[in-house]
Amino acid sequence: MNLDLNKKKLSEINQLLQNVGREKNNRRFQILNPQGQHAICAGLKDDIEVSIKGHTGYYCAGMNKNASITVHGNVGTGVAENMMSGKVIIKGNASQSAGATGHGGSLIIEGDASSRCGISMKGINIIVKGSVGHMSAFMAQKGNLIILGDADADLGDSIYEAKIFVKGKVKSLGSDCIEKQMDDKNIKELNKIFKDLNISEDAKKFKRYGSARNLYNFKIDNVSSY
Amino acid sequence: MKKDLKEFKTFPSSTIKEIQRAAKEGIYQIRGLGAKRKVPDFDDLVFLGASMSRYPLEGYREKCNTSVILGDRFAKNPIKLDIPITIAGMSFGALGANAKEALGRGASAMGTSTTTGDGGMTKEERGSSKYLVYQLLPSRYGMNPDDLRKADAIEIVVGQGAKPGGGGMLLGQKINKRVAGMRTLPEGIDQRSACRHPDWTGPDDLEIKIQELREITNWEKPIYIKVGAARPYYDTTLAVKAGADVVVLDGMQGGTAATQDVFIEHVGIPTLGALRESVDALKELNMHRKVQLIVSGGIRTGADVAKAIAMGADAVSIGSAAMMALNCNADLYRKDYEKLGTEPGYCHHCHTGKCPVGVATQDPILEKRLNPIEGGKRLKNYLSTLTLELQTLARANGKSDVRNLEPEDLAALTVEAAAMARVPLAGTDWIPGLKNKK
Repeated sequence: MNLDLNKKKLSEINQLLQNVGREKNNRRFQILNPQGQHAICAGLKDDIEVSIKGHTGYYCAGMNKNASITVHGNVGTGVAENMMSGKVIIKGNASQSAGATGHGGSLIIEGDASSRCGISMKGINIIVKGSVGHMSAFMAQKGNLIILGDADADLGDSIYEAKIFVKGKVKSLGSDCIEKQMDDKNIKELNKIFKDLNISEDAKKFKRYGSARNLYNFKIDNVSSY
Repeated sequence: MKKDLKEFKTFPSSTIKEIQRAAKEGIYQIRGLGAKRKVPDFDDLVFLGASMSRYPLEGYREKCNTSVILGDRFAKNPIKLDIPITIAGMSFGALGANAKEALGRGASAMGTSTTTGDGGMTKEERGSSKYLVYQLLPSRYGMNPDDLRKADAIEIVVGQGAKPGGGGMLLGQKINKRVAGMRTLPEGIDQRSACRHPDWTGPDDLEIKIQELREITNWEKPIYIKVGAARPYYDTTLAVKAGADVVVLDGMQGGTAATQDVFIEHVGIPTLGALRESVDALKELNMHRKVQLIVSGGIRTGADVAKAIAMGADAVSIGSAAMMALNCNADLYRKDYEKLGTEPGYCHHCHTGKCPVGVATQDPILEKRLNPIEGGKRLKNYLSTLTLELQTLARANGKSDVRNLEPEDLAALTVEAAAMARVPLAGTDWIPGLKNKK
């Protein structure tokens, strides 16, 4: 079904997509003329497929559950923020805070992602085929940030238990983020993610980064890191 | 102390003690609750009452409306509360589950709302709360669209009166398995919540964030914006501009579960002055009573509630006082207070997780000391008392609706309070700072 944002209001389209009943056979939708509007496909609940034909503004696919959303263009700030599950694919580039605080599901950005990609992520898998901006994975708690390109400064600052995998160069690591051994278990896990998402990459080519866990408890010995 | 000994004014014994503690430990003090210093507050104002030109209403016999509607600017389903006294956001984690349930029970019995906190929504508080406000905080711990839709309103927390500019803090001793699970964090770590939101950075972004939240919830839920009392005139203006239905203003006397003492005592401005600035902003925008204003930070009595409303608030919010109604700082379990190095009436040890009365703890043994049903009854009684006091003062000033109270009903007892609240110093027509006020 085609949903044209030149003809229907955003709220009307979001409500329709949020309430596609299980009994409906038509579970594929195409959004036309997004023209950078904000909050397109926010709060979707069920396993439907949505294809957005063009660029979107802020918070596209915000808090998504179950739905598969593909954006054929670039996206603004906070794409798939706080996503719970499902899959979001961005064919172009993403602005800052992509996948922020996401709890689950997969966000795949085929281009580059700006600063703070994966900030405070809580279980989501984020795959950026290009490079990421500074402070990506800031305070990241859980999940995987996988970068096929390079990472800008202060990667993984104040990171908790999330894992970062980088194929390219890392400009610098943030507080309490260190390079970690890429052991067989990690290689196996990463290869599984690639396989599940149909991405042809070899996990062995990636370096892994994570928390040194020095800041987990407030100690005066670590004061220079604060 | 001997009478002939003269204490240093610059270095009183408490300051010397703190210098020596800092010299020994090399780290700042962390504690709970609010500012302990004296600041100008609602006690520095009085109501004038009725007179020849003002007719009072008869005691408890003539009606005096206390209900208030919150969020009717844009939300499809605004909240109608029976009383203008709400329960402030306090996290599960900072408080135990019994405390959260007790708050819900007490508030619901009085037809008012309670609020989640930095840790998500628990089933206990949703189950016990007739009206539940769901906070969207920088950490986004536990945030999910299902709970967002279960809420009766959404409160975007920009800041908190106890620590404007600071994030949350929950020390490892309170991060048990359940708390850690809700926050997606390892057990036992000293958890620092972010001090700024991860996906917006200013009022223009916030406007778009609000749009997203409304889209997710079908424009049904009122959206509150909570700010700490830093620059209330500008923050209120920007909150209105960003599309808030309700502004929540938290003054410096507001409490916290844990933060640095230096933050609590030295950042932010008192509720009295902040409220005046916020009301000014709403009036200049012609949004007073259209965007509702909830004020918090040091509200203790019905007189405080009445004075806040007279100054222009639509409702108040209580946190520390609600905890005290649940027995925070009650003279019980004295030995446990002593173990913390304190005593009833002075305790601010929420951060330790060893709350002697079972309110601010995750310890299962201590938590049993708070029965949520009995706690809920005590909170109900306290809220009932505040409401009766509020009505008493409103009637004495001739008001059949508490929100008809106005600055004209007030006088200030100190020059400072007169300047901050912008009401005349008692016995004069002088408002410091206003040249043309007669």
